[in-house]
Amino acid sequence: MATPLTLKELSKKDLLLTSGHRMCAGCGAPIIVKMVLLASDYPLVAANATGCLEVSTCISDYTAWKIPWIHNAFENAAATLSGVETMYRSLKKQGKIDKDIKFIAFGGDGGTYDIGLQSLSGAMERGHDMLYICYDNGAYMNTGIQRSSATPYGADTTTCPAGSVIHGKPQPRKNLTKIMAAHDIPYTAQASPSHWLDLVKKVKKALDIKGPKFMNILSPCNRGWRSKTNDAIQLSRLAVETCCWPLYEVENGVTKVTFKPKEKKPLVEFLKPQGRFKHLFAPENENMLKNFQEMVDKEWASLLKSAEGGRASGTE
Amino acid sequence: MARKSGRIAAVTGNEAVAEALRQVNPDVSSAYPITPATDIMQRFTSFVSNGKVKTEMILVESEHSAMSGCIGASAAGGRVMTATSSQGLALMWEELFIASGNRLPIVMSLVNRALSAPLNIHGDHSDGMGARDCGWIQLWSENAQEAYDNTIQAFRIAEHMDIRLPVMVCMDGFIISHSIERIEYMEDDAVSKFVGEYKQLNPLLDLGHPVSYGPLILPDYYMEYRKAHDDVMSKVPGIVLNTANDFEKISGRKYGLFEAYRLDDAEIGLVILNSAAGTSKDVIDSFREKGIKAGLLKPRLFRPFPYEEIGNALKNLKAVCVLDRADAFGGSYGPLFIDIASSLYPYKDKPLLVNKIYGLGGRDYMPSHAELVLNELVEVAKTGKVKMIKEYIAVRE
Repeated sequence: MATPLTLKELSKKDLLLTSGHRMCAGCGAPIIVKMVLLASDYPLVAANATGCLEVSTCISDYTAWKIPWIHNAFENAAATLSGVETMYRSLKKQGKIDKDIKFIAFGGDGGTYDIGLQSLSGAMERGHDMLYICYDNGAYMNTGIQRSSATPYGADTTTCPAGSVIHGKPQPRKNLTKIMAAHDIPYTAQASPSHWLDLVKKVKKALDIKGPKFMNILSPCNRGWRSKTNDAIQLSRLAVETCCWPLYEVENGVTKVTFKPKEKKPLVEFLKPQGRFKHLFAPENENMLKNFQEMVDKEWASLLKSAEGGRASGTE
Repeated sequence: MARKSGRIAAVTGNEAVAEALRQVNPDVSSAYPITPATDIMQRFTSFVSNGKVKTEMILVESEHSAMSGCIGASAAGGRVMTATSSQGLALMWEELFIASGNRLPIVMSLVNRALSAPLNIHGDHSDGMGARDCGWIQLWSENAQEAYDNTIQAFRIAEHMDIRLPVMVCMDGFIISHSIERIEYMEDDAVSKFVGEYKQLNPLLDLGHPVSYGPLILPDYYMEYRKAHDDVMSKVPGIVLNTANDFEKISGRKYGLFEAYRLDDAEIGLVILNSAAGTSKDVIDSFREKGIKAGLLKPRLFRPFPYEEIGNALKNLKAVCVLDRADAFGGSYGPLFIDIASSLYPYKDKPLLVNKIYGLGGRDYMPSHAELVLNELVEVAKTGKVKMIKEYIAVRE
């Protein structure tokens, strides 16, 4: 029987990513992975792109994974998991496996938005029964905070440092969730660890749907965001409440905003606690703050518009 | 030894390899089209579409994903194959090391083709030579029959419990892949009995024993893993020979680590891979008729390279020409020459060596080229002098 999605019931379940892994204190990624694994009542097999999560959870001869897990390389978690899932189908058809297994890939934003986009797009188009989860911390954190196409506008990284001529990343973030929804796959969603119930519900729903699914989950990184170690949940909440990281899903082409803040907070509330945006608060960069707020407003309005045809949205 | 004689057919190299793959009937194949290997997968996917095999196909969006899919499928716990050429193999390069480093018994047909730039779709060995040190086993094939036979044997070799390594089976693009030859096929059950039921080793899909594939291994243990890989490579020649013996019993066709053609009493000899060996053997025969003791050595197991056995087979000759259908840029010799020279290094008395680069990008290799080279070797053997060690032949100056 399916585990009810309550803290009481979920807390009785085994954690399938053990403690003792070597992720940084305060990192969002292992919180997200634990939530994702708790949401499933199916046996799971996971693939992991090269990145923070991968290097920190399986350093030979130790592994933090209590489920079968495969790391291949940086750009190909989706293609690798395609192979695993296809072998599963082949062996199941031949009567060599009888269990229903679900397949999840985990990749950071570098391994998903950038180098792994082709592999992800191909796997989704081919229709493999898998859920791809991007934990988006907005830069190549594992190699030392280099900019990726997920890096937000204006952010200071080690390859787009805030200087006297260029003030952080000049381009806005690529909207990957929209790109994945445009693949017309059965389920695409955006989630945040601050809204844990929304997150686990989405994972559960995704795993119950047959076919390719994609979830983009915001993953605070105190090293790269230059924020306090204990701020991951608070910052991800501010990202949602400022509508910088809207929570929504696209199920069979129908967009639904799953959380609408009662009062949309100004973007600066999310930016201010993060050192990577510090330079934007200098008087000469005022226009950048204005631009950034406009980008967020525009994206939020566009999301609400596309959700108009869908059912009434939930509020918290 | 009683054996049923096989079906005789007139087919291309690609068709022969596709037929071998149908008979082996793998669990999964992940592939991407590229000339001249495409034809293998076109034929194979038609077997899939018509229910002739149980194979599940993954028709990926690049060769990088093709090999990534093979790695995932093989780690999951079943028999896996693919095919590629040239740029496709180059794009897979990163994944080739991951397949072998994880000891996954994937079989890949490599239809040898030149590398860009300039773009060229015809046969040479630059692709396979570029991947010679990636920890895979390489078997090279002179003709369609050898490509067919090597493909079948490759699964037994790859999946052998003492090695578990991926195998690349090479044949020349167009010259063999697209030319029609007479071939003797084996019966379907003979092939399936020969390759046997796939034996899993640490399958990812075993939920009762969850495993982690692809860990991070730092300086404390990385080197031990590399040494273990090297140690395992040293077991390969014995397994290749045992597999060949078993194969001979059911096919009547004999294979070794290399083919020695009229080499026993030879004074001069050619060393050459794949299809050009056939042309060369005819010319060797005509030199023999003239009373010149010429012979030929055609490597079959190119990786791991059987240095001792090949050195021993060549050490008594007076002069040897190694013909390379690929160059190793940087002022060095062709890749095959480098290995042959290494195999002869331990001997005090050894033949004089010359290296000819031929047939790049599909340039024809003619009997006249073999004659030219053999005549030069006669002169080298007589005078004990080599004018130029490395030289391009049949090229405009």
